[in-house]
Amino acid sequence: MGAEFVQFSLTPILIGILASIACALPGNFLVLRKQALIGDAISHVVLPGIVVAFLVTGSVAAIPMLLGAAGAAIVAVILIEAIKRLGKIEPGAAMGVAFTSLFAGGVLLLEQSDTSNVHLDVEHALMGNLESLIWFKADGWASLWDPVALAALPDELLRIAVVCLLVIVLTVIFWRPLKISTFDESFAQSLGLPVGAIGFGLVVTAAVAAVAAFDAVGSIIVIAMFICPPAAARLMTNRLEAQVAWSILFATLSAILGYVFAGYGPLWFGAQNAVSAAGMIAAVSGVILALACLFGPYRSRVGVGREEVA
Amino acid sequence: MNPETLLTLAADEGRVISDIAVGDAPLAVRGMTVSYGEKPAVFSVDATFEAGMMTAIIGPNGAGKSTLLKAALGVIPRLSGEVSVYGAPLAAARDRIAYVPQRASVDWDFPTTVIDVVLMGLYRQTGLLSRLTGTHKAKARECLGRVGMADFAERQIGQLSGGQQQRVFLARALAQDADLYLLDEPFAGVDAATERAIIDVLQALKSEGKAVVCVHHDLATVSTYFDNVFLINVRRIAEGPVAQTFTPENLHATYGGRLATSHIDQLDLAAGA
Amino acid sequence: MDAFVQALFLGAGYNAALVGIGAALLGFAAGASGTFLFLRKRALVSDAVAHATLPGVGLAFIIMVALGLDGRSLVGLLAGSAVTAGIGLILVEWMSRKTRLSEDAAIGAVLSVFFGIGIVLLTIIQTMSQGRQAGLEGFLLGSTAGMLFQDAVVIAIGGTLAVAATFLLRRPMTLVAFDPEYAAASGYDVRKIDLAMMGLVMAVTVIGLKLVGLILIVAMLIIPAVTARFWTEKSDTVVWSAGILGAASGYVGAAISASAPALPTGPIIVLVSASLFTFSLFFAPARGVAAAVIRRQRFQARVHLRQGLLALARQEPIHDKLTLKVLGRDGLIRPDGVATDAGRAMAAKVARDERRWDVAREVHHDVSLTGRYDGLTPIEDVFTPDEIAQFDKVIGKPTAVEGT
Repeated sequence: MGAEFVQFSLTPILIGILASIACALPGNFLVLRKQALIGDAISHVVLPGIVVAFLVTGSVAAIPMLLGAAGAAIVAVILIEAIKRLGKIEPGAAMGVAFTSLFAGGVLLLEQSDTSNVHLDVEHALMGNLESLIWFKADGWASLWDPVALAALPDELLRIAVVCLLVIVLTVIFWRPLKISTFDESFAQSLGLPVGAIGFGLVVTAAVAAVAAFDAVGSIIVIAMFICPPAAARLMTNRLEAQVAWSILFATLSAILGYVFAGYGPLWFGAQNAVSAAGMIAAVSGVILALACLFGPYRSRVGVGREEVA
Repeated sequence: MNPETLLTLAADEGRVISDIAVGDAPLAVRGMTVSYGEKPAVFSVDATFEAGMMTAIIGPNGAGKSTLLKAALGVIPRLSGEVSVYGAPLAAARDRIAYVPQRASVDWDFPTTVIDVVLMGLYRQTGLLSRLTGTHKAKARECLGRVGMADFAERQIGQLSGGQQQRVFLARALAQDADLYLLDEPFAGVDAATERAIIDVLQALKSEGKAVVCVHHDLATVSTYFDNVFLINVRRIAEGPVAQTFTPENLHATYGGRLATSHIDQLDLAAGA
Repeated sequence: MDAFVQALFLGAGYNAALVGIGAALLGFAAGASGTFLFLRKRALVSDAVAHATLPGVGLAFIIMVALGLDGRSLVGLLAGSAVTAGIGLILVEWMSRKTRLSEDAAIGAVLSVFFGIGIVLLTIIQTMSQGRQAGLEGFLLGSTAGMLFQDAVVIAIGGTLAVAATFLLRRPMTLVAFDPEYAAASGYDVRKIDLAMMGLVMAVTVIGLKLVGLILIVAMLIIPAVTARFWTEKSDTVVWSAGILGAASGYVGAAISASAPALPTGPIIVLVSASLFTFSLFFAPARGVAAAVIRRQRFQARVHLRQGLLALARQEPIHDKLTLKVLGRDGLIRPDGVATDAGRAMAAKVARDERRWDVAREVHHDVSLTGRYDGLTPIEDVFTPDEIAQFDKVIGKPTAVEGT
């Protein structure tokens, strides 16, 4: 846990944790609303978003890319809603139509445009490159107090930290309307709550989280973190507050263990090269979910779970 | 038929349908039409629900009973029509309404407890961020007590029986401290004890001068539980006090052949007009 | 353009022709089998299946290399992908049945975790000496560029088999998709047929991997089915039109792709399919948006017209702006809101119909007739002229009212 750790592992782990939490928080509500796959749809349309942003601005600077991705996510959400309503198509199929079409458009644009000399490719979009987000200037824990070194922290860390904070603040502020409208939509409407706006706001927040996380860790982690930690957390408790806490714990655990296994795991087996950290984080979250499915105290539907008898 | 005859007919038909003025009635609906697709679920309905009364909305399945309530509350969009609540537009009077949706309309597997659901009824007082105080919790417990569920406050909602779920919904409505209570099938699939408990609470509300409106489907209990009935089958068939309105003729008009005459005979009906 | 026409008529080389035919066959099988999924409201299960193929591809490569075989053998890779896709499918079913999680959460969990594991395996393969040229990334988005002849044959044969299987299973699957309860009552084993349906979807996914890749194969399964639904309500027709739409997208897409560089096959096929969808969404005559908007507006005008006439008949004031507008447009009221002669005549007709309905509902207790008393259905649609004459007899002759 010395200088090397701070330089090479600290920032990727932090970014992984923040990205996981930023996605898991809205994921709790998406899973309860049976909209888990919105996360899947959003993460697929990020690619066309950044390609368009690149074609428009001609640069791979982070801010236009993020704006492009966020724009694409919002377009996708509106498109899904439109297909659902206009064509009276069930949500799953509407999502399937929308995100695959946009993704195909993104791939085509990418092939057609001259992006060979910039770092913009499909694999990067899918897998991210968490491992490369190292803190070059750091030479030990002391760097945490060194303004020069701190200034050289990867931009991704600051961005994901800001977004993670934003997501937390929004979740806290809108906790009650979110909870009421997720549980009982018609009652929420009778209270005068803008149910449609709340639902859209949730999805846009998820999209912002997805885009910021995607920038650092690729789209697999994004989908996995939207769904796996909240789903596992649901099987651990019967209270929403506790579920959200469990999901944060699981997200953090997945990020740390995933990164460590990816970086050091192969060494334990005598291999030299690390494997994809993003993929490993998704895999660890899957293992946690599998354990929750097998042993979680509230894994079964009502009446079958082990409940204390009052 | 020549136009002249028609004009005469028009004059003949010039009866006034609804002579109760909109005024300050707890809930008044005028000319409301709601449709799912191209078939009206509720067509051009006028309705007035009075204070200090318990009114049953009666009609066959698919007759637009729940739709009438939901559209009046703005839960589903109206194609036409106006709604006034205590003489004010709906948006200005939300605080005075408590709505109890159908029990089956929510996912009871939602991770929350009984008291949490009741606390949702206090949302318009607590708003976004203000802390839930002991007063709020005491209020929620008191409401649970009124429906006989005080000991179940910390129970997970998925563990409740159907009747208990309905009581929790009623407690949530009580927590709203409203003047107008709109309940969608509160007695559907509940046990006899729950039915008794609910009716006691509703009658207490009535005696405090509140207006209680229930979508109801058990014709046998209408005359025991309710003061007024509103008969609907897409169109408004009749409304008024049970004694004058809950007649075999009106029931036939509402249910058509669906209600066997022998069945009607068993009901405790008002004498035919 | 020439190159496209050439490709369209199979003149762009032997491989390209095979790919085109394979894409058409695959498109047909995907469109038809995807319809069953769509009608069962399980469209995105295919997304889980597709993503779950990736670890299978990776594992098959590693195993084949370990056994000293050529890791790039398409048949071997596809066999591996089928195994993990099957496991993914079983896990989705298991999670949504045994735990309290809903199917969408199970789908999302399986697709992301399997895909994550697949990526981990790919990074392992990249470090293997044989792995550098493995080209397994091609399975993500499909790649027909530099496709071997035998790969094209595999796709063409696979597509043919999938079409044959769809044809054989069409009856029970249609039945289950449209009315599972009736299917069960007629002695079909719904669970087995569901399984067969998923097996077919899995087969289509696996065959399509090389051509369009695992992310976009979902589009070939879902989009044609959704498109076909706009044009017809009949079950058989939906299945076959989805098949034909899929085949057309596959064939035309492959031809476009072969006609110029930098036009990847998978995305082009999907975009062709998506444009057919967009066109249908807006312009399909029965369920398209344009038709629906027009119908809705007409319907709303009919409602307001009828309500306005009722109000005129009852001499009630009309406040609703749209009602006033509709009445004014038809010349039934003057700008100051007073009924014209035509308006009063029509109001009288409406009033008379209302009274006829009153009588009809006393006379007829048949719900199929009186149930149509919804305010809009003209009484002439429900009762014959002599029946209506009978109602009029009951109502009696119109009596003149004093003062008019």
